Amino acid sequence: MARKAFKLPDIGEGVVEGEVVTWHVEVGASVSEDDSIVDIMTDKSTVTIPSPYSGVIVALHGEIGDMVAVGAVLVEFDSEGEADDSPLAPEEPDVEEALDVVETSDPPARAPEAASAITSPPVAKVSTAPSGPVLASPAVRRRARESGVDLSALKGTGPGGRVQQSDLDAYLATGGSSPSAPKQVSRNGTTEIKVVGLRRKIAEQMVRSKSSIPHFSYFEEIDITELESLRQLLNSSRGEEQPKLTYLPFIMMALSKAFVRHEKCNAIYDEEGEVVIQHEAVNLGIATQTDKGLFVPVVKHVESMDVWQAASEMQRVTGSARDGSATMEDLTGSTFTITSLGREGGLGATPIINHPEVGILGIHKARDMPVARGGAVEIRRIMNVSSSWDHRVVDGADGAALIQDLKRMIEHPALIFM
Amino acid sequence: MVEVRRCEVLVVGGGPGGYVAGIRSAQLGLDTVIVEGSRYGGTCLIRGCIPSKAIIHAADRFESLSQHANEGGHMGISVNEAPSLNMKDLVGWKDKIVDRLNKGVESLLKTAGAEVIHGWATFTGAKTCRVEMDGDQVDIEANNVILATGSSHIDLPFMPCDEELILSSTGALDLQELPETAAIVGGGYIGLELGCALAKLGTKVTVIEGTGDVLAMMDKEIRRPLEIWLKKHGVEIYRNALARGTEQIGSGKGGKIRLKYEMNGENHSIDVDKILVTVGRKANLSGWGLEETGVRLGPDGRFIRTDRKCRTNIPGVYAIGDVAGEPMLAHKASAEGEMVAEIISGLDREFDNVAIPAIVFTEPEIVSVGLNPDSARKRGEDIITGKFPLAANGRALTLEAEKTAGFIRVTARKSDHVILGIQAVGSHVAELHGEFVLALEMGAVLEDIEGTIHAHPTMTEAFHESVLKTLGHAIHSA
Repeated sequence: MARKAFKLPDIGEGVVEGEVVTWHVEVGASVSEDDSIVDIMTDKSTVTIPSPYSGVIVALHGEIGDMVAVGAVLVEFDSEGEADDSPLAPEEPDVEEALDVVETSDPPARAPEAASAITSPPVAKVSTAPSGPVLASPAVRRRARESGVDLSALKGTGPGGRVQQSDLDAYLATGGSSPSAPKQVSRNGTTEIKVVGLRRKIAEQMVRSKSSIPHFSYFEEIDITELESLRQLLNSSRGEEQPKLTYLPFIMMALSKAFVRHEKCNAIYDEEGEVVIQHEAVNLGIATQTDKGLFVPVVKHVESMDVWQAASEMQRVTGSARDGSATMEDLTGSTFTITSLGREGGLGATPIINHPEVGILGIHKARDMPVARGGAVEIRRIMNVSSSWDHRVVDGADGAALIQDLKRMIEHPALIFM
Repeated sequence: MVEVRRCEVLVVGGGPGGYVAGIRSAQLGLDTVIVEGSRYGGTCLIRGCIPSKAIIHAADRFESLSQHANEGGHMGISVNEAPSLNMKDLVGWKDKIVDRLNKGVESLLKTAGAEVIHGWATFTGAKTCRVEMDGDQVDIEANNVILATGSSHIDLPFMPCDEELILSSTGALDLQELPETAAIVGGGYIGLELGCALAKLGTKVTVIEGTGDVLAMMDKEIRRPLEIWLKKHGVEIYRNALARGTEQIGSGKGGKIRLKYEMNGENHSIDVDKILVTVGRKANLSGWGLEETGVRLGPDGRFIRTDRKCRTNIPGVYAIGDVAGEPMLAHKASAEGEMVAEIISGLDREFDNVAIPAIVFTEPEIVSVGLNPDSARKRGEDIITGKFPLAANGRALTLEAEKTAGFIRVTARKSDHVILGIQAVGSHVAELHGEFVLALEMGAVLEDIEGTIHAHPTMTEAFHESVLKTLGHAIHSA
């Protein structure tokens, strides 16, 4: 046995450090080569790093949430095989070694199931735990594998927690969920989830915004009956390459028009420099929920676009945020942000400003409502909007004026295009 | 023009890994070609497990007969004359068993539908090789390759085996005459199995072991009965003793060889008829074009690097058995061979076994399955253990299996009684191990074994009792 140290390898793309997101191993555990040991998150992605050695873990460096520099020692092993020259100056496994890129001298015709390209590292891949902790007979293990069931997700009812065929039957019968527990029992369990990675970044950003910006919020109701007719007309006659229009591109267009008259509202407040920078460019951040958490990709220069272009570009940037392919360019540079929860839009909200911007617009669910018009009740399509503003630089009257301008344009959509 | 044979699966090596892979692959309807450079059956059948067990059995027989020939006989049975040994005939008898198995393997492969080639494969690419067969050649192009090239005896460079005076295990299994004296360099399981057999046949055996313990793969408690047996049978063991070289003394018949070794900083030597070198085995990584395949080795360079599906770094190229890593055991190779054939056929398989049993056929025999008490504690388990002596088992007494002071020991987790490991030492205990492995693979708890009826009178009752002992209420032991 020999002590070996494993350093955080260069993950590529100029990354100099990464955050420890998940340890898959603990001190004292014996690992085989290629077992997952740790997930490291960089600005760009999360990479699961496999063990370069077989052996016993004797030390882990870095708590969850810590930043680790490339080249810093991550893990120390008692490993089979020859010792390194010095315990803490180990060979540096190359990136391929560390990330298990499968080389092939074959033509790539037969898709290698083992190949994982470095450009799209698996995101926080859960390692298939060795059978050790899950107690189950070989027949049950095989059937679980063939049914695509991770046995560690089941609660075995056999002695010692052994997973029985009947447990697997029950699990499969309920479409892959554990048999329902008896109802109305009190539960005392807690689950601790360390706030790391993107979650931590979101948390920091929200605290900064809420603690430094004196928010005020302002709501309005907008009649979008005419906008809806226009939208349906445009959608029914759109070209093949044109995206299907939602309300959002129209609102983006309207905003970009309105900002010309309300330049205070499209601005960045530089707190250190004590200066407000008003932007001519209308770069709209679109708050986007992804599997990983909240991202705000940016549609740049909406003022230079028509409604089709705005729709296409919005689709592109939100799509790339969802599939993880967004570039830094796609994710930075907004001057104002729109948040819309789509079908879950609700009646209203008090959105938090995307610091250091000075305002944010929330779009809520459109629905048909009875409305009094000209002394009669009519069914009209109504949408609520919420807005929050940085009262240091946007007074109540300023925010209200912008929203009223927006309302006027959306209710008479021809104005958007004038 | 060399003929080109294209196939779905090419298996290289016909040992217990390769031939099982070949049979299973053909069973699954895959167009399968298997190439073996020597004899089908590999080290295990031809010059390892099987021949050594034959000789061990014969040695056992010889020892019993000797006992009956002693003054007064034994258990009321006397033979008038001491048995005599014709080593050539013994080896001939062993060879017949080997031949039978060798033919059996080839016919099983053919019956299953695999193409069986006798020849030496040399790879020219990841999935292409040229096979030389008695002056003939064939090029093989395969969609999938299973590397099962096995392992070889490790020579000591300063005293390479000539198989005349300095023997590897291969030579030791083909002795034409019983040596009066033999030195065994390396007290691992191969050396000690052969050492026990030779000692039973009447050879004066000396073991030169480089470390502080013989059979270090087993824990102290479990190997203790073996150490006692060796001592009783006049097997001399020198620990922390390093072989340094040899010198031939005299020549022709009656010629001896001097083994020089260093112990406690002093030089010693011993003159013997034969030296047996059993210092370990190494994966066969050269001589067949590994470097042309692009297949990568593990970090220490000793084995081909594989994952839990036996995949190498090259898609479609698999490695199984000794060439793919420890433990170098035939049954591990066979399990991997079966699994890989199924993976290639499209089934979802992974090597997820709980335990790979290890058995040493010394006198007494030693079996280990799963964790022992030390390794369990090291893993952080809070354990209970129980030990039941064969001396308290009726069937063992009738077989005289208790004479080697054997026992069965169970280790279980204290909290939920899940069985973590089972070891046994004693005469005839090897055949008990199947139940041990089954218990581990099934995830048995002590109460599962407790509630299983074990037939009387058999030695398996001792396993039942060892479990009861772990639970604190053995019947036939206090």
